[in-house]
Amino acid sequence: MNELRELARTLLTDGTVRVIIGWEDARRGARPAFVTDPADADRLIFDTRCVHNLVTYLDPRRDNVAELGKIGLVVKGCDAKAIAGLLREAQLNRDDVVLIGVRCGGVLEENELPAAVPLTPENVAPRCYGCDNREPALVDHLLGEAQPEPPRPVTTIDERVAALDAKPLEERWAFWTEQFGKCVRCYACRQVCPLCVCERCVAEKTRPQWIEASAHPRGNMSWNITRALHLAGRCVDCGECERFCPVGIPLSLMNRKLQQIVGERYGYTVSDDPENAAPIGDYRLDDKQEFIK
Amino acid sequence: MSDSIDINGAAAGLFEPRITAFVCNWCTYTGADLAGTSRLHMASNVRIIRLPCTGRIDPLFIIKAFERGADGVIVSGCHPADCHYTSGNYHARRRFAVFHDIMEFIGVDPRRMTFSWVSASEGAKWRDVVNEAVTNVRALGPFAAYRALAPEGAGRAAPAGPSAAAVPASAGAKAEAS
Repeated sequence: MNELRELARTLLTDGTVRVIIGWEDARRGARPAFVTDPADADRLIFDTRCVHNLVTYLDPRRDNVAELGKIGLVVKGCDAKAIAGLLREAQLNRDDVVLIGVRCGGVLEENELPAAVPLTPENVAPRCYGCDNREPALVDHLLGEAQPEPPRPVTTIDERVAALDAKPLEERWAFWTEQFGKCVRCYACRQVCPLCVCERCVAEKTRPQWIEASAHPRGNMSWNITRALHLAGRCVDCGECERFCPVGIPLSLMNRKLQQIVGERYGYTVSDDPENAAPIGDYRLDDKQEFIK
Repeated sequence: MSDSIDINGAAAGLFEPRITAFVCNWCTYTGADLAGTSRLHMASNVRIIRLPCTGRIDPLFIIKAFERGADGVIVSGCHPADCHYTSGNYHARRRFAVFHDIMEFIGVDPRRMTFSWVSASEGAKWRDVVNEAVTNVRALGPFAAYRALAPEGAGRAAPAGPSAAAVPASAGAKAEAS
């Protein structure tokens, strides 16, 4: 942590960056912090409560963040994958941001705690299990000591997806219509997603209106399918959409299923290598087509 | 159309599914046209929407078709390597592979969604694709599960569409009353 504060102080003092976006301690746990004054660098922390994917602040639509000046961003491995996604899609210039990577051994599912606690199968964020990027490569500085693998959660996301997959179609439909039926269309999932970067979302198109805007089951189904599909092969599994969802829709199941689909069909795994072409928008002549007559 | 009525199931009291086909201009639309000019008998349940390319077909089109009362959909275009725009169908293939799999995960029976490659010379294949899709969807019945998602007051019955002419006049009054 001292390493992080020291680096932040140096970068701010020598003018390399104008703001460091990291995490700080607050009454209700860790929260995002914008540090512009070198004297405030001691506010920065990194521990198991730092669940937020701060890459969402680099969204080109957030011009109020861009106005702060050059950004130094603290990223975990999953966050770095989102950076790679933005670079891949030409939404970010690598030179416009200084990336401070932190070695991460997983984060908590519930971050609103007064102090960091060690991870256990009960409290670990399930998405952290099996993480392949605990030491982000796509960074300018890599801090912290090597971290152990996160513990295996009581129920992994893969197990939940498999359990759902094993159910008959009607039960899956009943499950998802109930889940999507809760949606209030606040679009928090979209706003927090580091990769939902469209200037104008299809959900806001009215001529024609592709996605019905009011929160009823039919429009919700359309929105949730579309949200998931637009992230197929792009989602970095940072878990922010599900964490932000005020009604608790298990979006991580949809996201994980899509990762499995692109993994099985196209051998694609999302990484923090911007040269690793995303599967949708790319193709091979011999792609599987068993579903096509 | 009168040609095909004798092979559809209305007379036998069978459910007549409404199927929306999204086809590309260059291959399948021409193939379907060939099926027509060749006077091939086929089910008349399919309404074709012609688009420039399968690459132009957004999965939202399919969702919208279901919202508007389709019981099934067909997506069809040029065979691989035959795309008028070189690669539109390759992109579509990936997009619809993912869409197909995720819809199945959500609980939509994949037999409601037919994907095919039909070239301009394959009128007979188009007939087979259409007849098979109609048979499959007829066996599955109306897509009541999707229609049940409609908001209150929006009319849970399928909105009066192209098939309205095919139902007896009394059915319209019934839909209004419900």
